[in-house]
Amino acid sequence: MSVSPLIEIRDLRIRFHGDDGRITYAVDSVDLSVANGATLGLVGESGCGKSVTSLAIMGLLPKQSAEISGAIRFDDFDLLKTPDQTLRDLRGNRLAMIFQEPMTSLNPSLTIGDQIIETILRHRGGSRRNARERAIELLRRVHIPSPERRIDEYPHKLSGGMRQRVMIAMALACDPRLLIADEPTTALDVTLQAQILELMRELKAASGAAIILITHDLGVVAEVCDEVAVMYAGEIVERAPVDELFSAPQHPYTVGLLGSIPRLDHRAEQLATIEGMVPNMAQPPAGCRFAARCPFVLDACIKAPPPLIETSPGHLSRCIRAPLERLVS
Amino acid sequence: MTDTALASPVTQAHELDSPARRARRRLFKRKAAVFGLVVIVAFILLAVLAPIVVPYDPIATSWSLVRKPPTAAHWFGTDELGRDILSRVVYGARASLLAGLISVAIALGIGVPLGLLAGYRGGFIDALISRITDAMLACPFLILAIALAAFLGPSLGNAMIAIGISATPIFIRLTRGQVLSVKAEDYIEAARALGNPPWRIACSHILPNILPSLLVQATLSIAAAIIAEAALSFLGLGQQPPAPSWGSMLNAAQRFLTQAPWMAVWPGLAIFLVVLSLNLLGDGLRDALDPRQR
Repeated sequence: MSVSPLIEIRDLRIRFHGDDGRITYAVDSVDLSVANGATLGLVGESGCGKSVTSLAIMGLLPKQSAEISGAIRFDDFDLLKTPDQTLRDLRGNRLAMIFQEPMTSLNPSLTIGDQIIETILRHRGGSRRNARERAIELLRRVHIPSPERRIDEYPHKLSGGMRQRVMIAMALACDPRLLIADEPTTALDVTLQAQILELMRELKAASGAAIILITHDLGVVAEVCDEVAVMYAGEIVERAPVDELFSAPQHPYTVGLLGSIPRLDHRAEQLATIEGMVPNMAQPPAGCRFAARCPFVLDACIKAPPPLIETSPGHLSRCIRAPLERLVS
Repeated sequence: MTDTALASPVTQAHELDSPARRARRRLFKRKAAVFGLVVIVAFILLAVLAPIVVPYDPIATSWSLVRKPPTAAHWFGTDELGRDILSRVVYGARASLLAGLISVAIALGIGVPLGLLAGYRGGFIDALISRITDAMLACPFLILAIALAAFLGPSLGNAMIAIGISATPIFIRLTRGQVLSVKAEDYIEAARALGNPPWRIACSHILPNILPSLLVQATLSIAAAIIAEAALSFLGLGQQPPAPSWGSMLNAAQRFLTQAPWMAVWPGLAIFLVVLSLNLLGDGLRDALDPRQR
């Protein structure tokens, strides 16, 4: 990890200006980095800023309403200062994204072949015939049966799992260096989830691309990620290598998340939950954002925002009471 | 016997079911739409083949045949100058259909690009285009067309331009609205994430998805344009005599309504049939292309 990472996010802050003049603090001082070939899991509940962070990397946030500060360095580019024209050349080429909803992320009035070929022609040029051959090859790589025939079909003829494979093939069309997968398995049923994860692992091994995997499913994280960042209310509250996060979580929110995974070997009348509500991000609390829901809260937590501290090498937690083991025993 | 029937190969009808093909299949299930289509195709054939099918020269006058009721020689009768009404109605189809097609083509040609621009770019450009559209829509369609035609001078070409411009705001508004709803779809975001420039997203990702509504509106607008052309010709602002047009034939007929009602009946019936058929076809298309009925 000490070699220069592929992408490095420094102090990213994103604020949305609503039509009524209200400001929503969506992302606050986020630092992230991903090395070549590594997989980072970005975990958190809905609305915690994971998708907004990924859209900021892609440069897809609306310019009128989103105020972004900080720096996103990718290769030799500062993505936040790159002109639109250059960004468009990067998107779909070296930076690619897989969207959450395979059912609605494919254009219903174009064949899947047209959509893949268009991307290849846009970034790689060459003849249409060559692009078509590459598209068939890509469909084969994502294990779509008889790709020579499927390539001329319209999205409505494909099942959800097939469409997600097509989305992945599109994202891989130009061998991206960084692949952002925004909940790629959420809309699929469980057997398909396993297949898609297996596919992503296989493709990563083949291409050496770095992956940012956005999810709220910790099972998926354990399965494919090298490092995990947990987000809560726009901040990163904990960052650790995947094994360490599961064995020794150092933030009460992570502990709560891990505790709320339903298990088959325990019979429970009620599912475990984290008490309380996410703070209103139009007026974020002055101190720790998790304080209102935290079982270990102190006066100091409410007064000042806690810093991100290193509890062990490579393991960061935004909790002044870390390490947590001594609290439990 | 049954064995051979079971062994027969399954037909591959659904092999490549494009949205267009599915819409066509659904359109042909509707009797009213098929009727409309048949009548329109028949009128188009008549208009194209007019010189071959008509029995007489549509502008040849004859003093011995003034205002004769329908006979075996003149099926639809003759007008006040002794011209054959059947021949004039067939030639009139040329003016009417051409006026419908060309004026709607003008409206589409101006309206769709402006609507795409307004809907996709938003902001000041959108506000500017939309306010001009609102102002034009505040004027009744026919009044606007009459004013423009009078300003441009009476001729069939100018009538088409006037009708085309008057029909433009409907297409701007329709296109803009459709673009706004398609723009919010996930696949447009996905297209942006793949690095497509804005003009490309507007033309090759949004436009194909709004084509069905444009097609329906265009069909219905052709009907309205044919009525408008008839109205302009009736007022003397469209097709100029002696060339025949359904509107100017009605205008001539009104003076003889009691003595020679056939002069008004045939062109009136022709307008009625074409407009009815276009509306039936438009309704059929709307149902066939409705994405909610999948």
